[in-house]
Amino acid sequence: MARAVTTQHKTIATAAAWVVALLIFFPILYTIITSFKSEQEAIQGFNLIPSGTFESYSEVQQQSGYFKFFFNSVLLSVGSTILALIVAIPAAWSMAFSPTKRTKDILMWMLSTKMMPAVAVLFPIYLIFRDSGLLDSRIGLTVMLMLINLPIVVWMLYTYFREIPGEILEAARMDGASLWNEIIYVLTPMAVPGIASTMLLNIILAWNEAFWTIRLTTTNAAPLTAFISSFSSPQGLFWAKLSAASTLAIAPILIMGWFSQKQLVRGLTFGAVK
Amino acid sequence: MGNITLKNVSKSFGSTTIIPNIDLNIEDGEFVVFVGPSGCGKSTLLRLIAGLEDTSGGTISIDGRDVTREAPAKRKLAMVFQSYALYPHMTVAKNIAFPLKMAGEDQATIDKKVKDAARVLNLTNYLERRPGQLSGGQRQRVAIGRAIVRQPSAFLFDEPLSNLDAALRGTMRLEISELHHQLQTTMIYVTHDQVEAMTMADKIVVLNAGNIEQVGSPMELYKTPKNLFVAGFIGSPKMNMIEGAPAEKYGAKTIGIRPEHLNISTSSGDWKATVGVAEHLGSDTFLHVQADGIGTVNVRADGEVAVKHGDTVYLTPDKTKLHRFGADGKALAA
Repeated sequence: MARAVTTQHKTIATAAAWVVALLIFFPILYTIITSFKSEQEAIQGFNLIPSGTFESYSEVQQQSGYFKFFFNSVLLSVGSTILALIVAIPAAWSMAFSPTKRTKDILMWMLSTKMMPAVAVLFPIYLIFRDSGLLDSRIGLTVMLMLINLPIVVWMLYTYFREIPGEILEAARMDGASLWNEIIYVLTPMAVPGIASTMLLNIILAWNEAFWTIRLTTTNAAPLTAFISSFSSPQGLFWAKLSAASTLAIAPILIMGWFSQKQLVRGLTFGAVK
Repeated sequence: MGNITLKNVSKSFGSTTIIPNIDLNIEDGEFVVFVGPSGCGKSTLLRLIAGLEDTSGGTISIDGRDVTREAPAKRKLAMVFQSYALYPHMTVAKNIAFPLKMAGEDQATIDKKVKDAARVLNLTNYLERRPGQLSGGQRQRVAIGRAIVRQPSAFLFDEPLSNLDAALRGTMRLEISELHHQLQTTMIYVTHDQVEAMTMADKIVVLNAGNIEQVGSPMELYKTPKNLFVAGFIGSPKMNMIEGAPAEKYGAKTIGIRPEHLNISTSSGDWKATVGVAEHLGSDTFLHVQADGIGTVNVRADGEVAVKHGDTVYLTPDKTKLHRFGADGKALAA
């Protein structure tokens, strides 16, 4: 028997959902609110209504040049994602369609690298970057971001490809499709949604990555994460400016996430329910 | 034309042998059913013929041409899969058109052939839909449509009805048989359902553990099974197998008697028995009885028989329809 859902229950559940959503979103909301305050207002204590000044934004832009960081963020996240896809698609493909006895082990091993704390390899990586002249270089950081997200990209694509039934590929073969036709007409159209949501998620992960981007860059290759952190320490705590910088840093990805949420949710829950 | 010949065909996956050695000839236009329990190698055999698996030994020829090493598409065979294997991102029309497109046919020919196939299969109103918007039976018809447009030399069906409900299965069974009469093309059909095998086949190939147990028409297999396996597999309800003293009386290790070949009486007969469960189907009554010194025996009586749980009855086998098997499980000469 289905569980009876009364109107009262529904109202309570809806209210609870709103409270939780607000709690989760509140830090971001308060950051945005604070960014429209003057520095004085910002340190005066809790206040949800800003005076609505754009002062912090213009100062932030004048002081540090937001667009240079923004450009680096785009370059690093998109670049590392494309690189990761180039490596991960064939890898996931071969593991999904011609698995061996060791495929499961390889997948687990790849995932295990994500369980290691990043700080454990900070020194070796830093030294490698320093000695090969990759510190503060866009290429070095793109490769780094690609490598740290690669396990997740391979796993996601692998799950997607596994969902494509082998019989469909066999049917295409029976229907006279060459390997190339099979890829163009059958495999790719079926895999595109999976590749797209993997790409979106990876862009977000790379965009938000702060540990390596802050430690391996200074100015030239610094993305928005470094841009925010540059506002926190050297000048004391200028809450309004820090909030403006943060808002500017998260805005692009928030907007992108908003528009692609359907794809993202599908990507994250793919394979969970048949 | 669609004459298919298998010579010494074998298949192993690593150290596991699925098919030790098979010789088989399928005549042009025949409806051949491979039947056997799960894991008997019937699907593997079909996939070997299709070219989706490589043989480990032996040769497969179609119309006298050795195709053992040829790619699936070059064999001019069409296959209908258990899961239908439709292309989910294409409409019904595009699904059916796909093999024609791959063969490089021009658009006008493709359109005409797709329309013809849709008409034969009652799919005309669904041509612009995607497979996800169709019912199981409709999807199965699209899969068949995709197979017939190519005018293959033979159709291969891999348990095509097992995902459908019982009622639809009956309808589709008739449709496929009807299609075979229309097209007169060789069809190889894999199933584990002996009813499908009996009703559709010109020739049944009974497989067990990768070996052919018997090849013959449905009635041949029913009337003269070569061994215990075929006797037990063909026919529903299953043949009663009786060992011990009652069998020795007939000079056999085991005797087999089909439920429909047992005469039932309340007064006298060869074997005394007590009625267990009686299933009244209207047309028939299936009785599960405990016969003294024999064990459980299934009896198919007519629909009017009035016995109930606990009644004593007497069974007499029809001697002309009794099957005798030796210690090696093979049928003994009459």
